[in-house]
Amino acid sequence: MAEFIAYLIAGIATGAIYALAAIGFTLVWQTSQTINFAQGEFVMLPAVLVLLAIKLLGAPIWLGALIGIAAFILIFGVGFKLAVVDPMIRHGVLPLAIATMALSIIMKEGAKDGFSAEAQNFPSFVPTQTIEVFGAAISLQHIAIIACAFAVIGLLQWFVGGTKLGRQMQATAQNPMVARILGIPVERMVLLTFVINAALAIVASVLISPIYLAKFSNGEVIGLFAFIAAIVGGFNQVRGALVGGLVVGIVDSMAAAYISTQYRLAVPLVLLVVIILLKPEGLMGRKEERRV
Amino acid sequence: MKTQWIIAAALSAGITLPALAQDKVKLVDVVELSGAGATAGTNWKNGIDLAVADINAKGGILGKQIEIVHYDTQTNPGNTRAAVQRAIDEGTYAVLGPVFSGPIGASMQIAQRAEIAQLVGGEAAGLTKQGNQYLFRTSLSQAAAMPKIAKYLKDTVKAGSVAVVWVNNDFGKGGRDAIIPELEKAGIKVAADVATEQGQADFAADAIKIKNSNADAVFVYLNEEESARFLRAAKQQGITKPMVGETTLLGAKVIELAGEAANGVKGHVGLSIDAPIPAFQEFGKKFQAKYNYASDHNGLKGYMAVYMIKWATEKQKKFDKKGVADTLRGATIKPSDEPGILIETTIEQNGDLDRESFLAEVINGKQVINATLPKIKP
Repeated sequence: MAEFIAYLIAGIATGAIYALAAIGFTLVWQTSQTINFAQGEFVMLPAVLVLLAIKLLGAPIWLGALIGIAAFILIFGVGFKLAVVDPMIRHGVLPLAIATMALSIIMKEGAKDGFSAEAQNFPSFVPTQTIEVFGAAISLQHIAIIACAFAVIGLLQWFVGGTKLGRQMQATAQNPMVARILGIPVERMVLLTFVINAALAIVASVLISPIYLAKFSNGEVIGLFAFIAAIVGGFNQVRGALVGGLVVGIVDSMAAAYISTQYRLAVPLVLLVVIILLKPEGLMGRKEERRV
Repeated sequence: MKTQWIIAAALSAGITLPALAQDKVKLVDVVELSGAGATAGTNWKNGIDLAVADINAKGGILGKQIEIVHYDTQTNPGNTRAAVQRAIDEGTYAVLGPVFSGPIGASMQIAQRAEIAQLVGGEAAGLTKQGNQYLFRTSLSQAAAMPKIAKYLKDTVKAGSVAVVWVNNDFGKGGRDAIIPELEKAGIKVAADVATEQGQADFAADAIKIKNSNADAVFVYLNEEESARFLRAAKQQGITKPMVGETTLLGAKVIELAGEAANGVKGHVGLSIDAPIPAFQEFGKKFQAKYNYASDHNGLKGYMAVYMIKWATEKQKKFDKKGVADTLRGATIKPSDEPGILIETTIEQNGDLDRESFLAEVINGKQVINATLPKIKP
């Protein structure tokens, strides 16, 4: 039992990170009907920028974090929307999807050349100790990841469903034309969505980098699993991304424990295939119909 | 007038360029500067650059300056093959690198066909079992290191059972296949046999699995960054059993990345700047001064690789590509003959090395050498 709890907590912690990244997929999907293939790199880069600010400016951690986070939101929240999404979306969703693939490569190679090809330590804001829960040693870092991720997702859910601004965002996502007629500043709402996506990526980056270490290639794994999580949970629902992230994280952990460490990567992919075959809209997703 | 200038420039270029080329010998280093092997590859490259700078400052090899070129393989076997071919097409005198065993296995036939010596950093036992007369290691092979580890686990750690965690690439699989028979021969039970992926980031499940195996010790055979992540995960899961490894686990980069989690790690190291050998320590100081970080064993390997080429060339008293391999095979290079080799090194006929090695432990974030082990064939 203790063993099962340990695997479960580890899986939930990993899944919570996937969920944060997967929510980014759903937000971008809802506002621009496209897939941001640079989502993994969005999670990789904030940690790198923070370390870069510390290294280049000789700044203390807190200042480096502030500078790195501000730079990320400016460049990859506001800048991403203005420089990539706005010019490309006029030409359809496919050019935009391809542009995000290019962006992913640029972010990765930029981090490699501008920072380091090697992994670097990233400071943890929680001690690396364990506590015992039902006989299982549970890492405080895992508990912090789960608590922070759920708090942020809860806050997002409250913001989207419980505030006027959030409801305007939802209305924009559901039907931009009608939203515009109703007087909602659609452009501003779309921009807000991208800023929120950047903020979620920062939270995921800060939570995971002390464990994964900060490295330019981290986005590959995170992006892939978050993408799977978004599909499993439902690409058009924030709560779907949450459920998908947790399911993928737990399945990955349990697969390593009870099936095979060698084939653990294959198990979430099998899950993805099963979901696509049986419930293509995802576990929590909403069926969408389009006229072509 | 303009035409005359062009002709004059062309003539002078024609006269000076071959003269310049004659004064240089080109070495191409095919190495992992990005991807999963970036840590190992960067150390290897920096070690090579240090050796080249030293040799050139002292007049080069037989009066020729070394021109070093590095090609990044991105730790990709396909890229490695292309880079080795390019190196040969560009007329390299010998091929340096790569460091990871998988890319070496994928590219070594190219240098072999061209009859050019290839000096590599890989440790997988299988590399030198393929009859390639042009492949030379710069470190001990797994076949030489694993019996020492098994003996250490039995006699010093006194482990009755061991959990083995390894990376699922040529290096890790080779190590796993080499250690398990040695453990069985030593009467040590394998309590868990856990494969992990190259570049894996999350080791929580693997650490839990190893913890639950209740082994007396854990043998960790992963690449640098994965070693650090695993040690952190093991600490998070409260694993208190001895962590034992081979060279990589006790490397400077692993210690830096793993932080406190590296303390207490023990094992066998083939090369170390902390070894009680003045030439190693001198190298460590020079490396630190130039690159502002401590070299791991790969830095030493890269440094010694260039000096192996220098020694062979000076031994044959001419620049003969094929002759480099012929001269190296079966040779013993002593520091008294070539100080850059740092430690007496015997090169077996199959390209394996034999030399002294060390037992070490990480204490307070520093690698401390506890004992020196003799050559297998003293």
